Formats: sequence, structure tokens, C-alpha cells
Amino acid sequence: MSAIAKSPADDLFSLAQDRWTKPYWDAAREHRLTVPRCAACGRFRMPPTPFCPHCRSQAIDWPTLSGRGTIFSYTIVTRAIVPAMEGCIPYVPALIDLDDAPGARLTTSIVDAPVDAVRIDAPVKAVFVERGDGVVVPRFTLA
Amino acid sequence: MSIARRTAIAGVGATPYYKRGRSAPQTLPELVGKAVIAAAEDAGLAIEDIDGFASYSGGFDTPYLMETLGIPEVRFTSILTGSGGGSAGAVGLASAAIVAGLAEVIVVVGGVQQGVQRFGSVTQSYESQPENAWYESAGLIGPGHMFALLARRHMHRYGTTREHFAEVAISTRLNALNHPDALMRKPMTPNDYFAAPMIADPLCLFDFCMESDGAIAVIVTSAERARDLKRKPVVVHGCTQGGEAGWGRSLYWFNMPEDQFLTSGHRSVARDLWRQSGLTPQDIDVAQIYDHFTPMVIAQLEDYGFCARGEGGPFVASGAIRFDGGSLPVNTDGGQLSGGYIWGMSHIREAVAQIRGDAVNQVTGAKFALVTGGPSSIPMSGLVLGE
Repeated sequence: MSAIAKSPADDLFSLAQDRWTKPYWDAAREHRLTVPRCAACGRFRMPPTPFCPHCRSQAIDWPTLSGRGTIFSYTIVTRAIVPAMEGCIPYVPALIDLDDAPGARLTTSIVDAPVDAVRIDAPVKAVFVERGDGVVVPRFTLA
Repeated sequence: MSIARRTAIAGVGATPYYKRGRSAPQTLPELVGKAVIAAAEDAGLAIEDIDGFASYSGGFDTPYLMETLGIPEVRFTSILTGSGGGSAGAVGLASAAIVAGLAEVIVVVGGVQQGVQRFGSVTQSYESQPENAWYESAGLIGPGHMFALLARRHMHRYGTTREHFAEVAISTRLNALNHPDALMRKPMTPNDYFAAPMIADPLCLFDFCMESDGAIAVIVTSAERARDLKRKPVVVHGCTQGGEAGWGRSLYWFNMPEDQFLTSGHRSVARDLWRQSGLTPQDIDVAQIYDHFTPMVIAQLEDYGFCARGEGGPFVASGAIRFDGGSLPVNTDGGQLSGGYIWGMSHIREAVAQIRGDAVNQVTGAKFALVTGGPSSIPMSGLVLGE
């Protein structure tokens, strides 16, 4: 029986935001996945930055996405290299290409799935993991 | 105007390489100072002749070094942006300044001391930044976690295997066995490799470089002046730096288009290096490839054109990078995987030794040596040294 992918420990991360990234984290609190789309040329980008790299526009839309995507790559972290990792092994950092936001690849992790079942190109769906500090982190599980 | 063949490395100095933390109670500026003094001595120059510093990865405090070493005046002091990707490129920065007449004797120095902060978990030392929240929340704590994501995709797309990574680790270890400066001198068999603990699947312990302490300095001056100095000049045939926007912040954003995700980020740097130097991969006799993680050696061999794209795995499996019988011996001093991790500087040191002809594992008749820095965030850098 393969181990189940856990969430990386809360202590490994504290959220810093700015005006360009805040809408992502605000949506996550409402269990909505969104990424920025240039309101001028319609192209997606991640992480959110002040200018569209294609047309330099600063206008942004934040469409609510389906939360569906596929695994572009992943790793299975099996060893704690700092003490805060000890309670959350194994965990599975992953890069997700989003079905309805081409061009925006999300760096996140796979949870609640047997690690042996994780594969490149596997379909995944977003889940919303609530932390002790109120931050909600969009993660993914096998669809 | 080009920097090609206008400057040379006239001297090299190094501290011993120490396992992580073992260089204490020496301080990091002390290690750096020892390397600079040794480099000047090697070149046959006085410390007072030094009139410039070129560095990378944040560099060191030039006025402090002037104060403690007694350097009377500098006319150039600059640092490449980015991190370890700039190691080879710092030689080009020095060369550019010398060719432009800004300074005459420039020290390129790199050093590292990991007693307090290990590089293996380096992101934990960074203050949280809004643009980094994604990799931080994903649990990408160390560079190894991040490079594992690149390696996995390379395996998926090209059929690269762990056996290929093992060959990089084993061939590099073979070069360390008889090297007096190398930290890891125990033989490594394929069984040893596959028995090692997995850290971030598909990367196991032996796919990671060491965490070590030490400093290395080289002295760059004009090719003309180098001819009058103590040692055989090691000429800078070319040095380039930079990278494509698609590679960008590399491991800290991971939004490279797939064709760039599968590279080491060196593609444009390599193209420019061959153009600038007028050389081709076939001219290179020995290569010192930045080896923080085994899969990145494979990807760099592809980027520099030693084999076709996606063929890096079979290329190393053929024995091509072995010192004994390989067509392109790689990391002949044991590299960062088995020799010592001095943030890319040991690769420059070993390339100089190969061109001088006094390397421990000397490639017979080596005329041209490639040195690379990175992959990491932009810049990556490449350097060709020769006679």
C-alpha cells in the first residue's frame, strides 16, 4: 500500500502578499481557483506580476477557473532536510498546467493521493487546504 | 570589439575544501583573503598590484578586503546579478573591464561557508516574498526539490533514466579518488548509488553536490601582461553570460515553455560562447560542468552541443564523459559532486590546471577547456580557457 501524499507543514511557509498577488489568495479563502489574465490581450500569466509580458498592459482579470488541470512534473519528497518537514513526509510538490488557463503553470503540491499513482499528464483537480493561520492554499488531488 | 583572447588567467589560489562547517573558526572573509593572497603569489604579483574585483552571487565586501589585505586602490569592483550561475561569467566581467582599460589586475573570487545556513535548505533563509509564495507553499525547501522537477520532465520526455544520473555520479567520483583536494574519495559502485536514500524522487543522495566550505580566487589580466608573469598564461578564449526570458527566475517560478524547461537554461549562452570564441564543441578537450545535481550535467551537455537534444543520457552512458577513455572528460577533479562545492570556482581552478598541463587527472594535450556556471536563475555563464 503506497503512502498518501501529505500537505507540506504550515511552518514551512508564511504568506507574503502584494497588490498583484492578493486576489489569488483572497479567492482561495472562498475556495475558488483563479489566475491572472491580461485584460488587454487575454493571455494568462503566473505568478502575478505588474505587467503583461506580452503587451505590457497592467489591466488584469481574475476569472474563476474549473480547478482542473494536468501534472506537468512532480517530485516525491521522502526525507526531511529541516525539522519542520518531519511530520509531513512524504509530500509531492508538483507543477500543474491548468485546463482553462493556458500559459499559466501553477507550482503547488499533490495531496490525498497514493504517491505511487502520481504520474506526469495525470488529470488533477483543485482542493483547498485550510491552514491554522487562516491562509488557504490551493493544492491538487488526482481527478 | 571582442573580449576573446585579450585576457588571461595568470594565477589561482585556493583554500583547502572543508566539509560543511569544518572551516570554523576561520571566517569567510578570512578564507577569501587566503585565496586572494595565494592567487597573487601564484601569478608572481604583489597584492598591491590588484586594482579590481569581479564577483557573482552577492560577492564580497571589497572595501573590507582592501582594508585587511592592504590593497591601495581599486578602479573596478562589480558583481554579476544572480547566484552560482555567474561563476564562469565573473571571469568575463573581469575581462571586459580589462579590455576596456578600466583596470589591469582583477581578482575573481568565490567562497562559501555553510556552518550556519546550509545551501540544501537555503530557501528557509529567505524572507517570504509575494512572488515566491507558490514555491514556498509547495514545500520546495531546497534546490534539490526544485531540480527534481526538471529532471522528472527530462526523463518523461526523453527517456532519461536514473542509470544515466548514476553514471554522472560514478564517473565524477572516479575522478575524485586520487585527487588530494577532493572530499569524497571512497569508490562508488552502481549498487552504492542505488542503495543511497532517495531525497526528492527521482534524485537520491548521490545526485546532490556536497555542502562544503572554502574559497578560490583567480587573477585575470591582459594576455600581454600575463606573458611576462610567472606562470603559463591561460587565455580566455571566450566568456558569455545571460539567458532567455523563458528560463527567467527558473526554479522560483517554473513557467518556462516546455522547450526551455527541458534545457539547463544555457542554450543562448552556449550559442553566444561558440560564436564569440570561434570554437565548436569538437574543439573542447575537457569540460568542467557546473554539477550541483547530476541531471543538470546531462542537460548542459545537450545545451552546449556535445550531443543532440535529449541524447544526454545515452551520451554519458556511452562512457563519453569518463576521464579514462571518454571523448570529453568531465569534472576531472571530482567536481562539486565529489570534490568540493565552492560555488563553481573549483571548475575554473581545474580548467586552469588542465590548460597549464599540471592537473592531477591530466587530459593529454588539452588545448581547450569549457567551464560553466549554473543552471540557476539568470544569468547562466560559460567560459572557454585555452593556450
